[in-house]
Amino acid sequence: MVRLISIFVGIGFAFVAMVAFVIGVYGWATEPTEKTAEYTFHLYPRDFQFSFEGPFGRWDQVELQRGYKVYKEVCAACHGLEFVAFRNLADLGYSEAQIKAEAANWQVPGIDPVTGEATTRPGTPTDYFPSPYPNDVAARAANNNAIPPDLSLITKARPNGTDYTASLLTGYTDPNTFQIDGKLLRQEFPDFTVPEGLHFNPYFHSLNIAMAPPLTSTGQVTYDDGTEATIRQMSHDVAAFLTWAAEPKMIERKQTGWAALGFVLFATVLAYLAKQQIWAPVKPKNRKTKPNAS
Amino acid sequence: MSFPWAKQYQPANGFTKWIDEKLPLPRLVYNAVGAGYPVPRNLNYMWNFGVLAGFCLMMQIVTGVVLAMHYAANAQVAFASVEHIMRDVNWGWLMRYAHANGASFFFVVIYLHIFRGLFYSSYKAPREMIWILGVVIFLLMMATAFMGYVLPWGQMSFWGAKVITGLFSAIPLVGEPIQVWLLGGYAPDNAALNRFYSLHFLLPFVIAGTVILHIWALHIPGSSNPTGVEVKSESDTVPFHPYYTVKDGFGLGIFLLVFFTFVFFLPNFLGHPDNYIPANPLSTPAHIVPEWYFWPFYAILRAFTTDFIISAKLWGVIAMFASILIWFLLPWLDRSPVRSGHYRPLFRKFFWFGFMPALLVLFICGGAPAEQPYIMLSQLATAYYFLHFLVILPIVSAMETPEELPYSITQAVLHSDKKPVLGENTSPAV
Ligand code: HEC
Ligand code: HEM
Repeated sequence: MVRLISIFVGIGFAFVAMVAFVIGVYGWATEPTEKTAEYTFHLYPRDFQFSFEGPFGRWDQVELQRGYKVYKEVCAACHGLEFVAFRNLADLGYSEAQIKAEAANWQVPGIDPVTGEATTRPGTPTDYFPSPYPNDVAARAANNNAIPPDLSLITKARPNGTDYTASLLTGYTDPNTFQIDGKLLRQEFPDFTVPEGLHFNPYFHSLNIAMAPPLTSTGQVTYDDGTEATIRQMSHDVAAFLTWAAEPKMIERKQTGWAALGFVLFATVLAYLAKQQIWAPVKPKNRKTKPNAS
Repeated sequence: MSFPWAKQYQPANGFTKWIDEKLPLPRLVYNAVGAGYPVPRNLNYMWNFGVLAGFCLMMQIVTGVVLAMHYAANAQVAFASVEHIMRDVNWGWLMRYAHANGASFFFVVIYLHIFRGLFYSSYKAPREMIWILGVVIFLLMMATAFMGYVLPWGQMSFWGAKVITGLFSAIPLVGEPIQVWLLGGYAPDNAALNRFYSLHFLLPFVIAGTVILHIWALHIPGSSNPTGVEVKSESDTVPFHPYYTVKDGFGLGIFLLVFFTFVFFLPNFLGHPDNYIPANPLSTPAHIVPEWYFWPFYAILRAFTTDFIISAKLWGVIAMFASILIWFLLPWLDRSPVRSGHYRPLFRKFFWFGFMPALLVLFICGGAPAEQPYIMLSQLATAYYFLHFLVILPIVSAMETPEELPYSITQAVLHSDKKPVLGENTSPAV
């Protein structure tokens, strides 16, 4: 009885799935979905090299300091870093005194001690990086109706985020000459437009991003260590800095991982040897010898 | 329980004697996972996953309780409290990555455990109750994992909660009120987050209770084995301790090597980047996908795209739940007198060349965007999935001629066994 009903039910489910299949395939064959410009001309991030990649990766503190400078002088105008505190800059190799001085360069929200009114005050090491806008409405108003996202987790919030950030910053180009494998965007999609206030960037999912190219010329930021501040260099450095901001414990994590794996490997080898020894008496050694004596 | 030749617990000194009289807990452990539990001597590594599942459950409870000390279940601060754990709590990043990847690995282990049950038909008499309790555990695990994923309150948390509770709205008439009741509102918000947190904390302990019943039920017939031939005499078994404690210990080591590789070197590989974006009810992610362990079932849900008597959505919801609920019937759908797939030529073909590929297709389609050709592939695979369990298995198991079984486990291992003689321990089972 159970089986009879089951066979019935099984055929029922399969039948309905197949009806949907036939209708779906018919629809697909008769009106195939057209490929969009976003689908055909979207680019995956390019591969940039970073010191912290791989199981033995390390932060390059000088690079992080350069990246911080790019963030501070360029990106911070529009993007916050809400989960990073000034005290965290110690990871970049700054001393306590330097951090104190650096924090004081930033204005953070505060309260006037006399009147109680909202005001701003210089930051202290325990403060977090302030948001450039008081609220989302203000952020939209200043950016063509787009909100510049907080950057504290951006490299984890996008697939392949570190390379993505660097690719995005170096990826602005002219839609009229943009091509992939000899196929011109203009030719394949003559109707493609870049709306007013948006900027063409093939690494962005919709190809048109509301962020104007933030890094536009060599030397836009003056590096303290004398490195030449090309657009590519600045993009690389700020991507590294944002990776640290998103996951400050990354290197500690990898190093702990080696210790943990080493310990487990040792224990596993011991367990294997113990297993071989304990099982030896009951294992058939080979077909010819007599069965176990124990 | 157990076999007549099982070793008896002997309290070694006055103190353990005293304990044994008042509360025989050491005796219980001795009989459950000690020398007092005789186990078939021929178990292969597929039999490691039960113990590993138990390890995963304990690990999830330990890391989860620590996370709960720092997490705040409030829609305003939940996301930030998780970042606080990642950045400021000592070893917080380890607790969180271990818990998140631990959930994934728990499912890896459970899927292999269930796979073992399906291939060796461990669900057959006399082990139906073990199997039924197992399916209950699996359902509880899915509910727990779903609600746990909502807690960080990222984009996928929010939209996952919205989509899954939205399934209930497919039920005619009462669907919408049920969804509102489940969420405590019209969309996921504080009320939903708080109740999910409460249940996510509770359910693992319900699972732990069910696991105890599962193992209790296991110890009545004892473990099955790769030949599917029941234990006949003492030479078929070895005591659980030290033989399987050491083997399970080695298995645990291998498991931890893989697990740690993910936790320490690829901690976000199994996750979705969108969940590092704070929940935003106004911005729908391009592709809402659940965690990988739900993909096959998600594919079945989305395979029903045509209204047929009832709405397509309702078909999808019913089929998705049915795809797991039919496992309860397996002991009665599979009529073969032989358990192990090794001795069932026809069953084996359908299993490897029908069922496993269908499952793989469902898995891939569940993670893919809802567009062709994934939809049509998932429809074919869904049809096969139901046919396999509900039609093919009952028929094939009734008609196939099994291959010749070894006389006993001892014979299978040593290629010889003295036939039982009068007065020796023989168990009449199968
Ligand atoms: C003039 C303001 C402005 C400046 C300066 C600026 N951005 Fe942006 N940024 C935006 C806006 C607006 C968006 C949102 C774009 C959208 O959604 O179309 C954005 C988006 C982004 C994104 C996310 C893209 C995505 O995938 O959603 C990243 C990453 C980013 N900016 C990085 C940077 C970095 C790094 C800098 C500094 C080098 C920087 N931005 C400087 C305005 C700015
Ligand atoms: C929290 C989850 C679970 C835990 C901790 C757990 C634990 C165990 C343990 C320790 C065993 C004995 C060792 C072994 O045979 O591998 C076992 C056996 C078994 N489990 Fe589970 N289990 C869990 C979930 C499940 C699920 C989801 C199913 C099936 C849907 C299942 C089905 C079975 C069956 C059929 C057996 C007996 C197998 C045999 O003896 O051949 N279990 N379980």
